[in-house]
Amino acid sequence: MNAITPPPGGNSHAVHLISLSINGKKHELEVRPWTTLLDLLRENLQMTGTKKGCDHGQCGACTVLVDGRRINSCLTLAVMHDGAELTTIEGLASEDALHPMQAAFVKHDAFQCGYCTPGQICSAVGLANEGRAHSSAEIREMMSGNLCRCGAYNNIHDAVQEALPVCRGEGTA
Amino acid sequence: MIPFAYSKPTAVDEAVKMAGPDARFIAGGTNLLDLMKENVARPERLIDINALPLRDVETTATGGLRVGALVPNSDLAWHPEVEARYPLLSQAILAGASPQLRNMATTGGNLLQRTRCYYFYDSAVPCNKREPGSGCPAKEGVNRIHAILGASDQCVATHPSDMCVALAALEAEVIVTGPGGERRIPFADFHRLPGDQPERDNVLEADELILAVELPAERFTTHYAYLKLRDRASYAFALVSVAAALEMDGDRISTARIALGGVAHKPWRVAEAEALLVGQLADQANFAKAADALLRGAQPLEHNAFKVELAHGAIIRALGEAAGGITQ
Ligand SMILES: Cc1cc2nc3c(=O)[nH]c(=O)nc-3n(C[C@H](O)[C@H](O)[C@H](O)COP(=O)(O)OP(=O)(O)OC[C@H]3O[C@@H](n4cnc5c(N)ncnc54)[C@H](O)[C@@H]3O)c2cc1C
Ligand code: FES
Ligand code: FES
Repeated sequence: MNAITPPPGGNSHAVHLISLSINGKKHELEVRPWTTLLDLLRENLQMTGTKKGCDHGQCGACTVLVDGRRINSCLTLAVMHDGAELTTIEGLASEDALHPMQAAFVKHDAFQCGYCTPGQICSAVGLANEGRAHSSAEIREMMSGNLCRCGAYNNIHDAVQEALPVCRGEGTA
Repeated sequence: MIPFAYSKPTAVDEAVKMAGPDARFIAGGTNLLDLMKENVARPERLIDINALPLRDVETTATGGLRVGALVPNSDLAWHPEVEARYPLLSQAILAGASPQLRNMATTGGNLLQRTRCYYFYDSAVPCNKREPGSGCPAKEGVNRIHAILGASDQCVATHPSDMCVALAALEAEVIVTGPGGERRIPFADFHRLPGDQPERDNVLEADELILAVELPAERFTTHYAYLKLRDRASYAFALVSVAAALEMDGDRISTARIALGGVAHKPWRVAEAEALLVGQLADQANFAKAADALLRGAQPLEHNAFKVELAHGAIIRALGEAAGGITQ
Protein backbone atom coordinates (compact mmCIF):
# COMPACT_ATOMS: atom_id res chain seq x y z
CA MET A 1 0.00 0.00 0.00
CA ASN A 2 2.85 2.35 0.78
CA ALA A 3 5.27 1.22 -1.82
CA ILE A 4 6.31 4.32 -3.66
CA THR A 5 7.19 4.15 -7.31
CA PRO A 6 10.60 5.77 -7.71
CA PRO A 7 10.36 9.24 -9.20
CA PRO A 8 10.68 9.33 -12.97
CA GLY A 9 13.74 11.57 -12.62
CA GLY A 10 14.17 15.28 -13.10
CA ASN A 11 14.28 17.68 -10.22
CA SER A 12 10.56 18.35 -9.96
CA HIS A 13 10.51 15.63 -7.34
CA ALA A 14 13.51 17.08 -5.61
CA VAL A 15 14.65 15.99 -2.22
CA HIS A 16 13.87 18.63 0.38
CA LEU A 17 16.17 19.55 3.21
CA ILE A 18 14.36 20.00 6.50
CA SER A 19 15.47 20.57 10.03
CA LEU A 20 13.55 18.82 12.73
CA SER A 21 14.11 18.58 16.44
CA ILE A 22 13.23 15.06 17.55
CA ASN A 23 13.11 14.42 21.27
CA GLY A 24 15.33 17.42 21.84
CA LYS A 25 17.93 16.46 19.26
CA LYS A 26 18.39 18.52 16.10
CA HIS A 27 18.27 16.63 12.82
CA GLU A 28 19.02 17.95 9.33
CA LEU A 29 17.20 15.57 7.02
CA GLU A 30 16.77 15.01 3.33
CA VAL A 31 13.22 13.91 2.60
CA ARG A 32 11.17 13.09 -0.43
CA PRO A 33 7.92 15.07 -0.57
CA TRP A 34 5.76 11.94 -0.20
CA THR A 35 7.45 10.58 2.92
CA THR A 36 4.98 10.74 5.78
CA LEU A 37 6.20 11.82 9.17
CA LEU A 38 5.53 8.27 10.35
CA ASP A 39 7.64 6.69 7.60
CA LEU A 40 10.41 9.20 8.24
CA LEU A 41 10.55 8.06 11.85
CA ARG A 42 10.24 4.35 11.28
CA GLU A 43 11.94 3.80 7.93
CA ASN A 44 14.51 6.59 7.62
CA LEU A 45 15.45 7.04 11.27
CA GLN A 46 14.73 3.53 12.56
CA MET A 47 12.75 5.03 15.43
CA THR A 48 10.20 2.25 15.58
CA GLY A 49 8.58 3.21 18.88
CA THR A 50 5.88 5.01 16.93
CA LYS A 51 3.62 2.36 15.42
CA LYS A 52 1.83 2.01 12.13
CA GLY A 53 -1.60 0.49 12.64
CA CYS A 54 -3.83 1.56 9.78
CA ASP A 55 -1.85 4.29 7.96
CA HIS A 56 -5.18 6.11 7.40
CA GLY A 57 -5.86 8.11 10.55
CA GLN A 58 -8.23 5.50 11.89
CA CYS A 59 -6.39 4.00 14.87
CA GLY A 60 -4.08 6.48 16.61
CA ALA A 61 -1.11 4.06 16.88
CA CYS A 62 1.08 6.63 15.11
CA THR A 63 0.30 9.49 17.52
CA VAL A 64 3.24 11.83 18.17
CA LEU A 65 3.50 15.33 19.61
CA VAL A 66 4.40 18.17 17.28
CA ASP A 67 5.15 21.33 19.23
CA GLY A 68 3.31 19.66 22.11
CA ARG A 69 0.14 18.86 20.12
CA ARG A 70 -0.89 15.30 19.44
CA ILE A 71 -1.32 14.40 15.78
CA ASN A 72 -1.49 11.27 13.63
CA SER A 73 1.93 11.05 12.00
CA CYS A 74 0.58 8.82 9.20
CA LEU A 75 -1.56 11.58 7.67
CA THR A 76 1.04 14.30 7.45
CA LEU A 77 4.15 14.73 5.32
CA ALA A 78 7.57 15.07 6.89
CA VAL A 79 8.38 17.93 4.52
CA MET A 80 5.51 19.95 6.02
CA HIS A 81 7.23 20.02 9.42
CA ASP A 82 10.44 21.88 8.71
CA GLY A 83 11.47 23.60 11.95
CA ALA A 84 9.08 21.69 14.20
CA GLU A 85 9.77 20.10 17.56
CA LEU A 86 8.71 16.52 17.58
CA THR A 87 8.30 14.30 20.62
CA THR A 88 7.83 10.57 20.23
CA ILE A 89 7.41 7.80 22.77
CA GLU A 90 11.21 7.45 22.83
CA GLY A 91 11.52 11.00 24.13
CA LEU A 92 9.16 10.99 27.09
CA ALA A 93 11.26 9.34 29.79
CA SER A 94 14.15 11.19 31.37
CA GLU A 95 17.53 9.51 31.86
CA ASP A 96 16.51 7.77 35.05
CA ALA A 97 12.73 7.91 35.30
CA LEU A 98 9.70 7.05 33.25
CA HIS A 99 7.35 9.84 32.31
CA PRO A 100 4.44 9.89 34.81
CA MET A 101 2.09 8.74 32.03
CA GLN A 102 4.36 5.81 31.22
CA ALA A 103 4.62 4.91 34.90
CA ALA A 104 0.83 4.99 35.24
CA PHE A 105 0.43 2.66 32.24
CA VAL A 106 2.83 0.18 33.87
CA LYS A 107 1.14 0.49 37.26
CA HIS A 108 -2.34 -0.08 35.83
CA ASP A 109 -1.27 -2.78 33.40
CA ALA A 110 -2.82 -0.67 30.65
CA PHE A 111 -1.98 -2.94 27.74
CA GLN A 112 -1.94 -6.48 26.53
CA CYS A 113 0.03 -6.80 23.30
CA GLY A 114 1.35 -3.24 23.64
CA TYR A 115 1.03 -2.27 20.00
CA CYS A 116 -1.28 0.66 20.63
CA THR A 117 0.58 1.75 23.77
CA PRO A 118 3.07 4.30 22.38
CA GLY A 119 0.19 6.05 20.63
CA GLN A 120 -2.01 5.86 23.70
CA ILE A 121 0.70 7.37 25.90
CA CYS A 122 1.61 10.16 23.47
CA SER A 123 -2.08 10.89 23.01
CA ALA A 124 -2.61 11.06 26.78
CA VAL A 125 0.35 13.42 27.16
CA GLY A 126 -1.16 15.56 24.40
CA LEU A 127 -4.44 15.49 26.28
CA ALA A 128 -2.68 16.69 29.42
CA ASN A 129 -1.16 19.56 27.42
CA GLU A 130 -4.64 20.54 26.25
CA GLY A 131 -5.70 20.99 29.86
CA ARG A 132 -9.07 19.37 29.17
CA ALA A 133 -10.84 16.19 30.28
CA HIS A 134 -11.72 16.48 33.95
CA SER A 135 -14.24 13.68 34.18
CA SER A 136 -14.16 10.02 33.40
CA ALA A 137 -16.56 10.45 30.48
CA GLU A 138 -14.42 13.26 29.08
CA ILE A 139 -11.29 11.14 29.32
CA ARG A 140 -12.98 8.35 27.38
CA GLU A 141 -14.20 10.77 24.72
CA MET A 142 -10.88 12.60 24.44
CA MET A 143 -8.93 9.33 24.22
CA SER A 144 -11.27 7.90 21.57
CA GLY A 145 -8.77 8.61 18.79
CA ASN A 146 -6.70 5.67 20.03
CA LEU A 147 -8.07 2.23 19.40
CA CYS A 148 -6.88 -0.81 21.32
CA ARG A 149 -7.54 -4.09 19.58
CA CYS A 150 -6.84 -5.96 22.78
CA GLY A 151 -9.55 -3.98 24.52
CA ALA A 152 -7.43 -2.77 27.42
CA TYR A 153 -9.61 0.33 27.61
CA ASN A 154 -10.56 0.14 31.26
CA ASN A 155 -6.97 0.03 32.44
CA ILE A 156 -5.92 2.65 29.90
CA HIS A 157 -8.64 4.90 31.28
CA ASP A 158 -7.48 4.34 34.84
CA ALA A 159 -3.86 5.04 33.97
CA VAL A 160 -4.74 8.24 32.14
CA GLN A 161 -7.06 9.39 34.90
CA GLU A 162 -4.37 8.94 37.50
CA ALA A 163 -1.56 10.58 35.55
CA LEU A 164 -3.43 13.50 33.97
CA PRO A 165 -3.35 15.78 37.03
CA VAL A 166 0.33 14.98 37.61
CA CYS A 167 1.15 15.78 33.98
CA ARG A 168 -0.81 19.01 34.20
CA GLY A 169 1.20 19.95 37.27
CA GLU A 170 -1.83 19.73 39.54
CA GLY A 171 -0.26 17.21 41.92
CA THR A 172 -1.72 13.77 42.43
CA ALA A 173 -5.41 13.11 42.02
CA MET B 1 0.63 7.40 -3.65
CA ILE B 2 2.31 8.57 -6.81
CA PRO B 3 5.34 10.88 -6.68
CA PHE B 4 4.63 14.59 -6.73
CA ALA B 5 6.43 17.89 -6.48
CA TYR B 6 6.05 20.01 -3.37
CA SER B 7 6.14 23.72 -2.74
CA LYS B 8 5.24 25.99 0.14
CA PRO B 9 4.33 29.53 -0.90
CA THR B 10 4.18 32.26 1.72
CA ALA B 11 1.74 34.64 0.02
CA VAL B 12 -1.86 34.07 -1.08
CA ASP B 13 -1.25 35.52 -4.59
CA GLU B 14 1.68 33.23 -5.08
CA ALA B 15 -0.37 30.18 -4.00
CA VAL B 16 -3.23 31.05 -6.33
CA LYS B 17 -0.81 31.48 -9.25
CA MET B 18 0.59 28.01 -8.61
CA ALA B 19 -2.84 26.38 -8.70
CA GLY B 20 -3.90 24.28 -11.66
CA PRO B 21 -5.68 21.06 -12.59
CA ASP B 22 -2.56 18.96 -11.88
CA ALA B 23 -2.07 20.53 -8.43
CA ARG B 24 -3.76 20.42 -5.04
CA PHE B 25 -3.50 22.65 -2.03
CA ILE B 26 -2.68 20.77 1.14
CA ALA B 27 -3.71 22.08 4.55
CA GLY B 28 -4.03 19.53 7.37
CA GLY B 29 -3.61 16.71 4.89
CA THR B 30 -5.98 14.41 6.79
CA ASN B 31 -8.30 13.88 3.85
CA LEU B 32 -6.05 14.55 0.88
CA LEU B 33 -3.20 12.25 1.97
CA ASP B 34 -5.67 9.51 2.82
CA LEU B 35 -7.10 9.76 -0.70
CA MET B 36 -3.63 9.93 -2.23
CA LYS B 37 -2.63 6.72 -0.45
CA GLU B 38 -5.70 5.10 -2.00
CA ASN B 39 -4.84 6.49 -5.43
CA VAL B 40 -8.17 8.29 -5.48
CA ALA B 41 -6.41 11.65 -5.59
CA ARG B 42 -3.34 11.74 -7.83
CA PRO B 43 -2.00 15.29 -7.89
CA GLU B 44 1.33 15.89 -9.59
CA ARG B 45 2.04 18.90 -7.43
CA LEU B 46 1.17 19.72 -3.85
CA ILE B 47 0.97 23.32 -2.78
CA ASP B 48 1.40 23.44 0.98
CA ILE B 49 -0.65 26.42 2.18
CA ASN B 50 0.43 26.23 5.81
CA ALA B 51 2.75 29.22 5.51
CA LEU B 52 -0.09 31.50 4.34
CA PRO B 53 -1.39 34.06 6.84
CA LEU B 54 -4.83 32.45 7.24
CA ARG B 55 -4.79 31.52 10.94
CA ASP B 56 -6.64 34.43 12.53
CA VAL B 57 -10.00 34.40 14.27
CA GLU B 58 -11.30 37.95 14.43
CA THR B 59 -14.52 39.85 15.06
CA THR B 60 -15.86 41.53 11.92
CA ALA B 61 -17.19 45.08 11.55
CA THR B 62 -20.74 43.71 11.64
CA GLY B 63 -20.16 41.80 14.87
CA GLY B 64 -19.60 38.43 13.24
CA LEU B 65 -16.54 36.24 13.39
CA ARG B 66 -14.07 35.65 10.58
CA VAL B 67 -12.23 32.36 10.83
CA GLY B 68 -9.09 31.93 8.74
CA ALA B 69 -9.04 28.87 6.48
CA LEU B 70 -6.05 27.40 8.32
CA VAL B 71 -7.46 27.58 11.84
CA PRO B 72 -7.33 23.99 13.10
CA ASN B 73 -10.65 22.38 13.98
CA SER B 74 -9.64 21.88 17.63
CA ASP B 75 -8.50 25.49 18.07
CA LEU B 76 -11.75 26.69 16.56
CA ALA B 77 -13.91 24.48 18.75
CA TRP B 78 -12.09 25.68 21.85
CA HIS B 79 -11.68 29.31 20.84
CA PRO B 80 -13.21 31.37 23.68
CA GLU B 81 -15.22 33.47 21.19
CA VAL B 82 -16.60 30.35 19.55
CA GLU B 83 -17.41 28.60 22.81
CA ALA B 84 -19.24 31.70 24.04
CA ARG B 85 -20.85 33.00 20.86
CA TYR B 86 -21.22 29.95 18.60
CA PRO B 87 -21.54 26.99 20.96
CA LEU B 88 -23.40 24.98 18.30
CA LEU B 89 -20.32 25.17 16.07
CA SER B 90 -18.06 24.16 18.91
CA GLN B 91 -20.24 21.17 19.70
CA ALA B 92 -20.43 20.02 16.08
CA ILE B 93 -16.67 20.21 15.57
CA LEU B 94 -16.00 18.23 18.74
CA ALA B 95 -18.39 15.53 17.53
CA GLY B 96 -16.16 14.90 14.50
CA ALA B 97 -13.06 12.76 13.94
CA SER B 98 -10.62 12.44 16.87
CA PRO B 99 -8.61 14.92 18.96
CA GLN B 100 -5.47 14.15 16.96
CA LEU B 101 -7.24 14.62 13.63
CA ARG B 102 -8.92 17.82 14.80
CA ASN B 103 -5.48 19.18 15.72
CA MET B 104 -4.43 18.77 12.09
CA ALA B 105 -7.68 19.35 10.18
CA THR B 106 -8.33 22.92 9.12
CA THR B 107 -11.44 25.02 8.61
CA GLY B 108 -11.01 25.15 4.82
CA GLY B 109 -10.08 21.49 4.52
CA ASN B 110 -13.09 20.41 6.55
CA LEU B 111 -15.41 22.11 4.05
CA LEU B 112 -13.70 20.33 1.17
CA GLN B 113 -13.40 16.85 2.66
CA ARG B 114 -14.78 14.28 0.28
CA THR B 115 -17.42 11.62 0.74
CA ARG B 116 -16.72 8.42 2.67
CA CYS B 117 -18.64 6.33 0.10
CA TYR B 118 -16.78 2.98 -0.04
CA TYR B 119 -16.97 2.85 -3.82
CA PHE B 120 -15.50 6.33 -4.16
CA TYR B 121 -12.59 5.15 -1.99
CA ASP B 122 -11.98 1.97 -3.98
CA SER B 123 -10.17 2.92 -7.16
CA ALA B 124 -10.69 -0.61 -8.55
CA VAL B 125 -14.44 -0.09 -9.06
CA PRO B 126 -16.44 2.46 -11.06
CA CYS B 127 -17.62 5.69 -9.42
CA ASN B 128 -19.12 8.70 -11.16
CA LYS B 129 -17.65 11.03 -8.57
CA ARG B 130 -14.13 9.71 -9.06
CA GLU B 131 -14.36 8.80 -12.78
CA PRO B 132 -17.24 10.73 -14.35
CA GLY B 133 -19.36 8.46 -16.54
CA SER B 134 -18.06 5.19 -15.10
CA GLY B 135 -21.22 4.35 -13.14
CA CYS B 136 -22.42 4.22 -9.54
CA PRO B 137 -22.13 0.82 -7.84
CA ALA B 138 -23.52 2.23 -4.60
CA LYS B 139 -27.03 2.63 -5.98
CA GLU B 140 -27.54 -1.13 -6.20
CA GLY B 141 -24.71 -2.11 -3.89
CA VAL B 142 -24.02 -1.69 -0.22
CA ASN B 143 -25.56 1.66 0.54
CA ARG B 144 -26.18 1.81 4.25
CA ILE B 145 -24.30 5.09 4.71
CA HIS B 146 -25.63 6.79 1.60
CA ALA B 147 -28.05 9.60 0.85
CA ILE B 148 -31.78 9.51 1.39
CA LEU B 149 -32.36 13.05 0.09
CA GLY B 150 -31.29 15.07 -2.94
CA ALA B 151 -29.39 12.23 -4.64
CA SER B 152 -29.30 11.74 -8.39
CA ASP B 153 -29.23 8.81 -10.77
CA GLN B 154 -25.51 9.25 -10.95
CA CYS B 155 -24.52 9.59 -7.32
CA VAL B 156 -25.92 8.75 -3.89
CA ALA B 157 -22.94 9.90 -1.82
CA THR B 158 -23.24 12.03 1.32
CA HIS B 159 -21.10 14.87 2.60
CA PRO B 160 -19.46 13.59 5.78
CA SER B 161 -18.67 16.79 7.69
CA ASP B 162 -20.07 17.62 11.11
CA MET B 163 -18.73 21.16 11.21
CA CYS B 164 -20.48 22.03 7.95
CA VAL B 165 -23.87 21.04 9.36
CA ALA B 166 -23.49 23.67 12.09
CA LEU B 167 -22.14 26.23 9.61
CA ALA B 168 -25.21 25.65 7.43
CA ALA B 169 -27.55 26.25 10.36
CA LEU B 170 -25.61 29.36 11.37
CA GLU B 171 -25.68 30.66 7.78
CA ALA B 172 -21.97 31.26 7.47
CA GLU B 173 -20.31 32.57 4.33
CA VAL B 174 -17.27 31.17 2.59
CA ILE B 175 -14.73 33.72 1.39
CA VAL B 176 -12.60 32.56 -1.50
CA THR B 177 -10.09 34.08 -3.86
CA GLY B 178 -8.85 33.14 -7.30
CA PRO B 179 -7.55 34.62 -10.53
CA GLY B 180 -10.84 36.53 -10.84
CA GLY B 181 -10.49 38.07 -7.37
CA GLU B 182 -12.37 37.51 -4.15
CA ARG B 183 -15.96 36.30 -3.81
CA ARG B 184 -18.27 35.45 -0.92
CA ILE B 185 -20.44 32.36 -1.13
CA PRO B 186 -23.42 31.84 1.19
CA PHE B 187 -23.03 28.49 2.92
CA ALA B 188 -26.20 27.08 1.40
CA ASP B 189 -24.76 27.65 -2.07
CA PHE B 190 -21.27 26.35 -1.34
CA HIS B 191 -21.88 22.60 -1.46
CA ARG B 192 -23.95 21.20 -4.32
CA LEU B 193 -26.26 18.31 -4.99
CA PRO B 194 -24.73 15.69 -7.28
CA GLY B 195 -27.09 16.12 -10.26
CA ASP B 196 -25.29 15.13 -13.43
CA GLN B 197 -21.95 16.42 -12.19
CA PRO B 198 -21.27 14.30 -9.12
CA GLU B 199 -17.53 14.93 -9.48
CA ARG B 200 -18.19 18.43 -8.18
CA ASP B 201 -18.85 18.50 -4.45
CA ASN B 202 -19.04 22.29 -4.29
CA VAL B 203 -18.80 25.44 -6.37
CA LEU B 204 -15.15 26.20 -5.66
CA GLU B 205 -13.03 26.31 -8.82
CA ALA B 206 -9.77 24.33 -9.01
CA ASP B 207 -7.75 27.54 -8.97
CA GLU B 208 -9.63 29.09 -6.08
CA LEU B 209 -8.42 29.16 -2.49
CA ILE B 210 -10.63 29.42 0.59
CA LEU B 211 -9.46 32.36 2.67
CA ALA B 212 -11.94 32.27 5.52
CA VAL B 213 -15.33 31.33 6.80
CA GLU B 214 -17.38 34.18 8.19
CA LEU B 215 -20.08 33.76 10.80
CA PRO B 216 -22.81 36.39 11.14
CA ALA B 217 -23.28 38.15 14.49
CA GLU B 218 -24.12 35.57 17.11
CA ARG B 219 -27.59 34.22 17.79
CA PHE B 220 -28.68 30.89 19.14
CA THR B 221 -26.37 30.98 22.15
CA THR B 222 -29.00 29.48 24.49
CA HIS B 223 -31.19 27.22 22.39
CA TYR B 224 -29.05 24.93 20.31
CA ALA B 225 -28.16 21.29 19.98
CA TYR B 226 -25.93 19.16 17.79
CA LEU B 227 -27.02 15.57 17.84
CA LYS B 228 -24.90 12.99 16.05
CA LEU B 229 -25.93 9.36 15.66
CA ARG B 230 -23.32 6.84 14.57
CA ASP B 231 -22.25 3.22 14.80
CA ARG B 232 -20.09 3.76 17.87
CA ALA B 233 -20.00 6.35 20.62
CA SER B 234 -17.10 8.32 19.21
CA TYR B 235 -14.59 8.52 16.32
CA ALA B 236 -17.09 7.55 13.63
CA PHE B 237 -18.85 9.45 10.90
CA ALA B 238 -22.50 10.39 11.31
CA LEU B 239 -25.22 8.15 10.02
CA VAL B 240 -27.49 11.06 10.74
CA SER B 241 -26.77 14.33 12.51
CA VAL B 242 -28.91 17.33 13.35
CA ALA B 243 -27.91 20.90 14.09
CA ALA B 244 -30.86 22.66 15.70
CA ALA B 245 -30.89 26.32 16.67
CA LEU B 246 -33.89 28.19 18.04
CA GLU B 247 -34.83 31.57 19.34
CA MET B 248 -37.65 31.48 21.85
CA ASP B 249 -40.22 34.05 22.82
CA GLY B 250 -41.53 32.66 26.07
CA ASP B 251 -42.68 29.15 25.26
CA ARG B 252 -43.08 29.92 21.57
CA ILE B 253 -40.46 29.58 18.87
CA SER B 254 -39.57 32.81 17.08
CA THR B 255 -36.79 31.52 14.82
CA ALA B 256 -35.81 27.99 13.86
CA ARG B 257 -32.84 26.64 11.95
CA ILE B 258 -32.42 22.94 11.33
CA ALA B 259 -29.68 21.33 9.26
CA LEU B 260 -29.15 17.62 8.74
CA GLY B 261 -25.88 15.80 8.17
CA GLY B 262 -25.27 12.31 6.81
CA VAL B 263 -28.41 12.28 4.67
CA ALA B 264 -27.46 14.16 1.51
CA HIS B 265 -24.64 15.41 -0.70
CA LYS B 266 -24.68 18.64 1.33
CA PRO B 267 -26.01 19.79 4.71
CA TRP B 268 -29.77 19.53 4.29
CA ARG B 269 -32.08 22.43 5.13
CA VAL B 270 -35.72 22.94 4.23
CA ALA B 271 -37.06 26.48 4.58
CA GLU B 272 -40.63 25.26 4.90
CA ALA B 273 -39.78 23.03 7.86
CA GLU B 274 -38.24 25.96 9.70
CA ALA B 275 -41.12 28.30 8.84
CA LEU B 276 -43.61 25.78 10.20
CA LEU B 277 -42.17 26.22 13.68
CA VAL B 278 -42.28 30.00 13.85
CA GLY B 279 -44.86 31.23 16.33
CA GLN B 280 -45.54 27.68 17.49
CA LEU B 281 -45.20 26.01 20.85
CA ALA B 282 -42.03 24.00 21.33
CA ASP B 283 -43.72 20.65 21.65
CA GLN B 284 -43.34 17.16 20.22
CA ALA B 285 -46.24 17.50 17.81
CA ASN B 286 -44.79 20.60 16.19
CA PHE B 287 -41.31 19.11 16.11
CA ALA B 288 -42.74 16.07 14.35
CA LYS B 289 -44.35 18.30 11.71
CA ALA B 290 -41.01 19.97 11.08
CA ALA B 291 -39.35 16.56 10.84
CA ASP B 292 -41.96 15.43 8.31
CA ALA B 293 -41.28 18.51 6.20
CA LEU B 294 -37.51 18.06 6.38
CA LEU B 295 -37.71 14.46 5.26
CA ARG B 296 -40.44 14.88 2.65
CA GLY B 297 -39.44 13.23 -0.60
CA ALA B 298 -36.85 11.00 1.05
CA GLN B 299 -35.85 8.18 -1.29
CA PRO B 300 -34.12 5.51 0.70
CA LEU B 301 -32.03 2.82 -0.97
CA GLU B 302 -31.92 -0.88 -0.17
CA HIS B 303 -29.89 -0.61 3.04
CA ASN B 304 -30.49 2.88 4.36
CA ALA B 305 -34.25 3.11 4.90
CA PHE B 306 -33.50 3.13 8.63
CA LYS B 307 -32.08 6.61 8.19
CA VAL B 308 -35.52 8.09 7.53
CA GLU B 309 -36.86 6.98 10.89
CA LEU B 310 -33.57 7.67 12.63
CA ALA B 311 -33.49 11.21 11.25
CA HIS B 312 -37.12 11.78 12.18
CA GLY B 313 -36.48 10.85 15.78
CA ALA B 314 -33.20 12.74 15.86
CA ILE B 315 -34.82 15.96 14.63
CA ILE B 316 -37.47 15.76 17.34
CA ARG B 317 -34.91 15.05 20.02
CA ALA B 318 -32.51 17.78 18.90
CA LEU B 319 -35.29 20.36 18.75
CA GLY B 320 -36.40 19.30 22.22
CA GLU B 321 -32.90 19.70 23.59
CA ALA B 322 -32.51 23.06 21.88
CA ALA B 323 -35.87 24.34 23.14
CA GLY B 324 -35.02 23.21 26.66
CA GLY B 325 -31.97 25.44 26.52
CA ILE B 326 -30.25 22.95 28.74
CA THR B 327 -26.73 23.74 29.84
CA GLN B 328 -24.77 21.77 27.30
C1 LIG C 1 -10.42 8.44 10.50
C2 LIG C 1 -11.09 9.73 10.22
C3 LIG C 1 -12.28 10.03 10.83
C4 LIG C 1 -12.92 11.24 10.57
N1 LIG C 1 -14.11 11.52 11.17
C5 LIG C 1 -14.77 12.66 10.89
C6 LIG C 1 -16.03 12.96 11.47
O1 LIG C 1 -16.56 12.19 12.26
N2 LIG C 1 -16.62 14.14 11.14
C7 LIG C 1 -16.04 15.01 10.29
O2 LIG C 1 -16.62 16.06 10.05
N3 LIG C 1 -14.86 14.76 9.72
C8 LIG C 1 -14.21 13.61 10.00
N4 LIG C 1 -13.01 13.35 9.40
C9 LIG C 1 -12.57 14.20 8.31
C10 LIG C 1 -11.76 15.39 8.72
O3 LIG C 1 -12.60 16.30 9.39
C11 LIG C 1 -11.21 16.00 7.44
O4 LIG C 1 -10.26 15.09 6.92
C12 LIG C 1 -10.55 17.33 7.66
O5 LIG C 1 -11.47 18.27 8.16
C13 LIG C 1 -9.94 17.86 6.39
O6 LIG C 1 -9.20 19.02 6.66
P1 LIG C 1 -7.65 19.12 6.27
O7 LIG C 1 -7.19 20.48 6.62
O8 LIG C 1 -6.87 17.99 6.84
O9 LIG C 1 -7.80 18.95 4.70
P2 LIG C 1 -6.76 18.47 3.56
O10 LIG C 1 -6.70 16.99 3.58
O11 LIG C 1 -5.48 19.22 3.69
O12 LIG C 1 -7.52 18.98 2.30
C14 LIG C 1 -8.78 18.49 1.91
C15 LIG C 1 -9.13 19.11 0.57
O13 LIG C 1 -9.31 20.50 0.72
C16 LIG C 1 -8.44 21.25 -0.14
N5 LIG C 1 -8.09 22.44 0.63
C17 LIG C 1 -7.70 22.49 1.94
N6 LIG C 1 -7.63 23.76 2.35
C18 LIG C 1 -7.99 24.54 1.29
C19 LIG C 1 -8.13 25.95 1.11
N7 LIG C 1 -7.89 26.83 2.09
N8 LIG C 1 -8.53 26.40 -0.10
C20 LIG C 1 -8.78 25.52 -1.12
N9 LIG C 1 -8.66 24.19 -1.00
C21 LIG C 1 -8.26 23.70 0.20
C22 LIG C 1 -7.31 20.30 -0.47
O14 LIG C 1 -6.77 20.61 -1.73
C23 LIG C 1 -8.03 18.96 -0.47
O15 LIG C 1 -8.63 18.74 -1.72
C24 LIG C 1 -12.33 12.17 9.68
C25 LIG C 1 -11.12 11.87 9.07
C26 LIG C 1 -10.49 10.67 9.33
C27 LIG C 1 -9.19 10.37 8.66
S1 FES D 1 -1.39 4.48 11.77
FE1 FES D 1 -1.90 6.56 11.91
S2 FES D 1 -3.88 6.48 12.73
FE2 FES D 1 -3.49 4.38 12.37
S1 FES E 1 -2.66 -3.47 23.96
FE1 FES E 1 -2.92 -4.60 22.15
S2 FES E 1 -3.81 -3.11 20.86
FE2 FES E 1 -3.86 -2.13 22.73
